[in-house]
Amino acid sequence: MVDPLSVAAAAFQLWALVVVFFIVLPAMFGVSLGVSGVYIQILVRILQWATVRIQRGRHEQPGAATPSTGIIEHSGGSMEEELEQLRLSRRPEAGEFTLSDVIYFCQKGLESIVEDQVTQRFSSEELASWNLLTRTNQNFQYISLRLTVFWVLGVLVRYGVLLPLRVALAVIGLWWLVMGTSVVGFLPESSVKNWLSELVHLTCYRICARGLSATIHYHDKENRPRKGGICVANHTTPIDVVILANDGCYAMVGQIHGGLMGVIQRSMLRSCPHIWFERSEMKDRHAVTSRLRAHVCDKNKLPILIFPEGTCVNNTSVLMFKKGSFEIGGTIHPVAIKYDPRFGDAFWNSSKYNMVSYLLRMMSSWAIVVNVWYLPPMTIQEGEDAAHFASRVKSAIARRGGLLDLAWDGGLKRGKVKDCFREEQQKMYSSIVVQNGSQPPGAIRAPHEDE
Amino acid sequence: MGSRASTLLREEEIEEIKKETGFSHSQITRLYSRFTSLDKGENGALSREDFQRIPELAINPLGDRIINAFFPDGEDQVNFRGFMRTLAHFRPVEDNEKNKNVSNTEPLNSRTNKLHFAFQLYDLDRDDKISRDELLQVLRMMVGVNISDEQLGSIADRTIQEADANGDGCISFTEFMKVLEKVDVEQKMSIRFLH
Repeated sequence: MVDPLSVAAAAFQLWALVVVFFIVLPAMFGVSLGVSGVYIQILVRILQWATVRIQRGRHEQPGAATPSTGIIEHSGGSMEEELEQLRLSRRPEAGEFTLSDVIYFCQKGLESIVEDQVTQRFSSEELASWNLLTRTNQNFQYISLRLTVFWVLGVLVRYGVLLPLRVALAVIGLWWLVMGTSVVGFLPESSVKNWLSELVHLTCYRICARGLSATIHYHDKENRPRKGGICVANHTTPIDVVILANDGCYAMVGQIHGGLMGVIQRSMLRSCPHIWFERSEMKDRHAVTSRLRAHVCDKNKLPILIFPEGTCVNNTSVLMFKKGSFEIGGTIHPVAIKYDPRFGDAFWNSSKYNMVSYLLRMMSSWAIVVNVWYLPPMTIQEGEDAAHFASRVKSAIARRGGLLDLAWDGGLKRGKVKDCFREEQQKMYSSIVVQNGSQPPGAIRAPHEDE
Repeated sequence: MGSRASTLLREEEIEEIKKETGFSHSQITRLYSRFTSLDKGENGALSREDFQRIPELAINPLGDRIINAFFPDGEDQVNFRGFMRTLAHFRPVEDNEKNKNVSNTEPLNSRTNKLHFAFQLYDLDRDDKISRDELLQVLRMMVGVNISDEQLGSIADRTIQEADANGDGCISFTEFMKVLEKVDVEQKMSIRFLH
C-alpha cells in the first residue's frame, strides 16, 4: 500500500524539477523552448472559433446588444462652424448672439453624457468579441453548449494548472532578485559588478515574464535606449516595467514603499543605482528634477525609465504627458507598448483592484501578448518649451502603437477638471458673439495645459 | 455566462422604456451600461456629482443647466427611467418611422419637445417665460468674464426686443418657437447611434 503522503511529496518534487529545468533555467539564459509559441497558436485558434460561434449566435438573436467601439456619432464641426450653421437659417451675417446658440452647447453636452472620450479610458477596454474569460464578459449572452464547455475547460486549465505554476515562478523570480542583488551588492564598484548586476536583473525579469506567460515582441531594437538617456513609455500597468526590463536594464524611478515592495526596492538599490524617492521628497519638484538631472548627466549610468502619464490608462489611448520629465534634459527614447486584448486585460484599474488581486488576475489570464516598439531618440528643439516637446513625443508614441492621442490629463481619473478649460470655451464663444475683429476664434478642440 | 448588464434590467422594464421613449432594445442596453458606469455610488441613481465627473461636460459652459434638465423639481437623484426620458428628447426624428408610436401622445423627440428642452435651458425658474434676468444669467454662463455687463445687457435687450411679440418683456415658449422656426432642430438636437 503506497503511502499517499510520499506520493504527493514525490509528485511535488517532480513538478518542482520540471519547473526549474524547463522554465527557470531556460528563462535565465533567454532561451525559449517554443512551448509558449505553440500555446499561443492554439489559443488563437480557439478564440477565433469562439468569435465565429458568437457572431453566428448573435445573428440568431436580433435583440442582443452588439458592442462596438463607439456608441454614437459625434458632431464633428468646431464651435464656430456649428454656430454658423445654426444661425444660417436666421441671419446671413455671422456674429452676435441668437437664441439658437444654446443648441450647440446642448448637443455637445448630451453627446458627452452618452459617450465621452475620457472616462472610458479609465476602465477596461470593451472587446468586440468575447475571449472566454469571465471578467471580460460584459455584453455576451449564452450562445451554445460547446462554448460553455470550452469556457469551463478554460477555467480549469487557467486556475488549476497555469496559476500555481505562474505563482511559483513569480516567487522564484523575486526571491532570486533579492538574493542576487544583495550578493552583488557586496562586491566593490567595478565593471564586473555592473555586468553581474545587469545579469541578475535580466534573469529575474525573464523569470517573472514567464510567470505571466508573457510573449513580448520587440520591434526596432536598434533604437533601444542607451546609457545616459531617458526612456519614456505609455503606462497601462505596473507590469510595463517587467516587459521593458526583459530587454535591457533601466534605472527605475519611483516612490519608496513599505513592505515587500520596499524590500525589493532596497535590495535593487544595492547592486545598481535606481532612484527611489521618499514620499516627502516627491512633492518638491525642484529636488526631484535635479536628482534626475544628476543621474542623466553621468553617461555611465543606466537609462532612466519614466511613465509621464502619471497613471495607468487602459491602453486604447495615450493621455497627456506631464512635462516634468521633459525638463530634465538629455535624449528622450520613446517606447510604445501595446497589449493584445484578446489574451488578457492588462490594465490595472487601481480604484477597483489592489495590487495583489490584480496580479492574481494577470496570472490567471490566458497569456499576455505585448508589442513593444522602440522609437528613434528625440531631443528638445530650439525655442520649444517642455509642454510642446512632451506632446510631440506623445503623438509619436500614439502613432506607433496605434493608440488614440488625447490631450486630457491622466489626473482626471481621480480629480476634477480645471476651471481654466471651461474658461477657454467661454472665451471662444465670446469672441464669436462679439466679433469685432480683435480676436480670431481658433478651432481648438482639446484643452491645452499652460502652467 | 449571462450578460451582466442586462440581467439587472428586466425585460419588462426594457419594453416599457421602449414604448415610452422609442429607443430600440440594443440602444437601451447600451445606455444602461453607460448609466451604470456613471453611477459610481452603485445605488441605481445618478446624482449631480456623477454627471460632473464627465470632463467634457464639466468644461461645457452650460454644463450645469444641462445637468439640471435631468433632475425634476427638487430632486437630487435620477433613476434610469428618468435618464432615458430626458435622453429620449434627442432621439433622431426619422427613427419614428421605424417604431410607430401607438399611443396618441406626442413622441418625446418631436420638434416641439426638442425646442421645449432648449427653452428650459434658459427658463431658470420653470415658469414658462424667459425673463430679461434669466437671459442675462444664461448669457453670463456662456461668455464667462469676457464681455462687460453693459454689452451683455444690450445683447439681452436686443434679443428680447426681436423675439417678444406680445410686448410683455419676456419670451414665451410660442415666441421662442417662432424665433427658431427656421432652425433645423431635428438634425441639430439629435444623437445618432451607430447601430
